[in-house]
Amino acid sequence: MAEAIVFWTLAVLILGLGVMVISARSAVHSVLFLVVNFLLVAVLYVTLNAEFVAVIQVLVYAGGIVVLYLFVVMLVNLKKAPERYADPRRIAWTGTLLAGAVLAEVIAIVYASVSSDEAGAAGGGFGADTPFAECGAGPLVSCNTEQLGWVLYTSYLIPFELASMLLLVAMVGAIVLAKRHL
Amino acid sequence: MLETVVVPLLKIAVLLNAVLVAVTFLVLMERKVIAWAQSRLGPMRVGPYGILQAIADPIKLILKEDITPAKADKYVFTLAPIMSLVPALVVFAVVPFGPDPLYYVSDINVGLLFIISVTSIGVYGIILGGWASNSKYPLLASLRASAQLISYEIAVTMTLVSVILTTGTLSLVGIVEAQREGGLWFAFVQPVALMLVFIGGLAETNRAPFDLPEAETELTGGFHTEYSGMRFSLFFLAEYANMIVISAIVVIMFFGGWLAPFPNVPALAFLGFLPPWVWFIGKIFLFLYVFIWIRATLPRYRYDQLMGLGWKVLIPIAIGNLVVTGILKVAF
Repeated sequence: MAEAIVFWTLAVLILGLGVMVISARSAVHSVLFLVVNFLLVAVLYVTLNAEFVAVIQVLVYAGGIVVLYLFVVMLVNLKKAPERYADPRRIAWTGTLLAGAVLAEVIAIVYASVSSDEAGAAGGGFGADTPFAECGAGPLVSCNTEQLGWVLYTSYLIPFELASMLLLVAMVGAIVLAKRHL
Repeated sequence: MLETVVVPLLKIAVLLNAVLVAVTFLVLMERKVIAWAQSRLGPMRVGPYGILQAIADPIKLILKEDITPAKADKYVFTLAPIMSLVPALVVFAVVPFGPDPLYYVSDINVGLLFIISVTSIGVYGIILGGWASNSKYPLLASLRASAQLISYEIAVTMTLVSVILTTGTLSLVGIVEAQREGGLWFAFVQPVALMLVFIGGLAETNRAPFDLPEAETELTGGFHTEYSGMRFSLFFLAEYANMIVISAIVVIMFFGGWLAPFPNVPALAFLGFLPPWVWFIGKIFLFLYVFIWIRATLPRYRYDQLMGLGWKVLIPIAIGNLVVTGILKVAF
């Protein structure tokens, strides 16, 4: 019961803040709403007993990426509304297309996870076959950090390394773009 | 109900009050220590040896007029000091003052990551404070401050990872217990990491010699130039609370938290007559003293030197330390 109250409160707040992000007049305000939104999503992860993901959400998104958004928003001249720079009809088309793609992706993920839940219910679910399966002692102290690390460096090693290579390439690319004369 | 709601709330109340009172006296301590370093007496008028100055200062700040500049963004201007103080206080939720659950609010599995991520939220207070003032010096100072914070955060976090490698746990209680079992503080196991975290900590709290965001000779006071009264004092409280946080991290990670020196040497067992929290707080104040001592001694860095030190010296050393720790961990 308590869990349901927390979840629905969080869900309403997160969605409301999401609307505020895109409807706020000032770009800095909308970045601020985005920060609070990310923090609340982190709380949602905590209610799912995923403390590690929650903390990483705060560290990477709220503490890192949005700070850079804020830099950009502060340094770019926004006195002239950004819509003035672009063709409104093209924005509407791309927006509809992107929104449709994201919606399709979310539906696909939900569908896939529901069907894998039914399959995984017999097997015990995530992390059951790692060496750390039994160390979740109390309600506040679980050991999904160890489980996550184990799964990441055994079953998902190659995707993990590929993702890190992708980030490295992006970083080098950003430096090359920013500094024409090295 | 009593165990899950009332007791934690009481602990939080005691802890918050203790931290805020410690901060007011830390300001007095700073003024006194710097005065002594410069052959002065420091505050002497309020109470014996100026001790009550710590109470007079907050009263003055509360009574001062609270001004919002006409062209400031009102909401963000009010929000910024709050966003800078709250993370500094939230961190204490996972700081263990002693071995049993009575001495900490919670011992979460990701304690150290929690501290790193919550302190990384504190940068918003500084950026937004400078931006919302709508004034050029605060904006310059806040850009400097956030660039500095982000750069040094990388080095500090990467260094803390090498300590995590030696313990195999992210829980702060677990890290101190690992030092008790090893019989040796990590200051002796990871001396390079200690230096990196301490230097990075100085830079992250914007303390001398890295106090460029508050370089009053260039910036007329820094990102809080336009603030006055209680809102200014929230920034002030946040800075000193962050000093306590960094000292606490250094003590927990490298100086055995609540442990007495050399806990496994029988000849030194008599040191256990002091309760653990006294050791912990004593060590924290020792490091706060070092913070103040450094401020009284060293001149300020130039801005390009500061960024050069962060990116070209500290981060490579941190990566090297991490690699060496990993190799040693696998080899032994």
